[in-house]
Amino acid sequence: MAIKGHLRDFSVAQLFNLINLAQKSGTLTLDAADQAAWVSFRAGKLIYAQLGEEDGTIMHILVKAGRLTDRQAKMITTHSSSKGDKEMGLYLINADYLTQKDILATLRSHILDIVFQLFTWTDGFFRFDPNVLPPEDRITVHMDLENLIIEGSRRVQEWDHLDDEIPNLEMALKFVDRPGADIQNVKLNPKEWEVVSYVDPKNSIKQIAKAVKLNDLEIRRIVYGLLQAGLIEIVRPESMPQPAHAPRIRPLDERVQATLIDRIIDRIRSL
Amino acid sequence: MQTVKMVITGPFNAGKTSFIRSVSEIDVVSTERKISSKAERVKETTTVAMDFGRITVDDALVLYLFGTPGQKRFDFMWEILSEGMLGFVVIVDSARPETFREAMGILHTFRAYAPTPYVVAANKQDMKDSWSVDDLRIALKLSDDIKMLPCVASDKESVKKVLLELLYSILEEMDAKQGA
Repeated sequence: MAIKGHLRDFSVAQLFNLINLAQKSGTLTLDAADQAAWVSFRAGKLIYAQLGEEDGTIMHILVKAGRLTDRQAKMITTHSSSKGDKEMGLYLINADYLTQKDILATLRSHILDIVFQLFTWTDGFFRFDPNVLPPEDRITVHMDLENLIIEGSRRVQEWDHLDDEIPNLEMALKFVDRPGADIQNVKLNPKEWEVVSYVDPKNSIKQIAKAVKLNDLEIRRIVYGLLQAGLIEIVRPESMPQPAHAPRIRPLDERVQATLIDRIIDRIRSL
Repeated sequence: MQTVKMVITGPFNAGKTSFIRSVSEIDVVSTERKISSKAERVKETTTVAMDFGRITVDDALVLYLFGTPGQKRFDFMWEILSEGMLGFVVIVDSARPETFREAMGILHTFRAYAPTPYVVAANKQDMKDSWSVDDLRIALKLSDDIKMLPCVASDKESVKKVLLELLYSILEEMDAKQGA
């Protein structure tokens, strides 16, 4: 079943987070007003991306990255009987033009460039088709989404968006209990590590910002990245009192309530 | 005669009225009005104050199901409705991701009004574009300990399952408190 919606309601970072956490395989199509993009995943890892009508073949990518000249590319294409990217990659390696490492690094960089552009798309439709993968002949990579989400989120600079996501800096942070969410495996810069070291339900976000000398925007950026990567969550600080307007509900006597609930259960079962 | 209540909440057009209608023994007392806003004209009428349905448990006990108004401008009713509730159900339209953020906001608001047990019903699971329960859980940022149930609000059995899970949660919480 395809997941679809509008990027106004569900950002690219949120979609990547969903794909990562649910370990999904398939292709995400993003359709903005003037261009489209396709990003493919296998078991929650990024494997491929293509932007609009751009030529996504390995030869084009290598020329664009300056790893081959136009002339070399033309000559290789003329002399090679290979059609698909995988065969072409093998030809390049065997003919000593490039190493496997060079090809994969260039492809990885090309895919990341596309994906980071997508983080800035805030208007348009998305659709995720499970189990739809790139053509067999394409070379795919294997990239963890958590680091990528953090980096992509860094590029989401708009203050309004961050303010909308984290409106209250008086709230605190805690690490999520989700199995597999391991902060040790995530690449963070020194400032982010400083923030992480203060993550505790006792500390408000504002207090953390003060401790690590970050302004409101900078702390929001870091917290947003960690949230989108599913590593932390926002919680009410332990010291914060309940809202004054919350009515105090007088509980029923617990024995009475238990019997009452049992009676309601019996009645609903019999409906 | 003792009366108790549960609150059925969720965004506009999530299926709250249908949910109550499926199990209520009386015609749901509804305060629906024609919708004036073009932006919210997904359906012809909406609940402006509250819906309520009734289930007579026995001679001495009646359960009322209160549905909250879905449109934001009527949210002043929420606090009044939440007072004294046994628990609440948050209904989410699984096929309209544009309402997920609002559903989260409603959930947090009700949690602030009263720390009672609750469950989340992923409604409209029979629709082609509906998100799966697992995907919805991630989208709504709900931890695994919060019960999230697939639901079709017009189906009585499906609604019964949701209400029963809420009641089991209430019992579990009472047991946990006693054990503490």
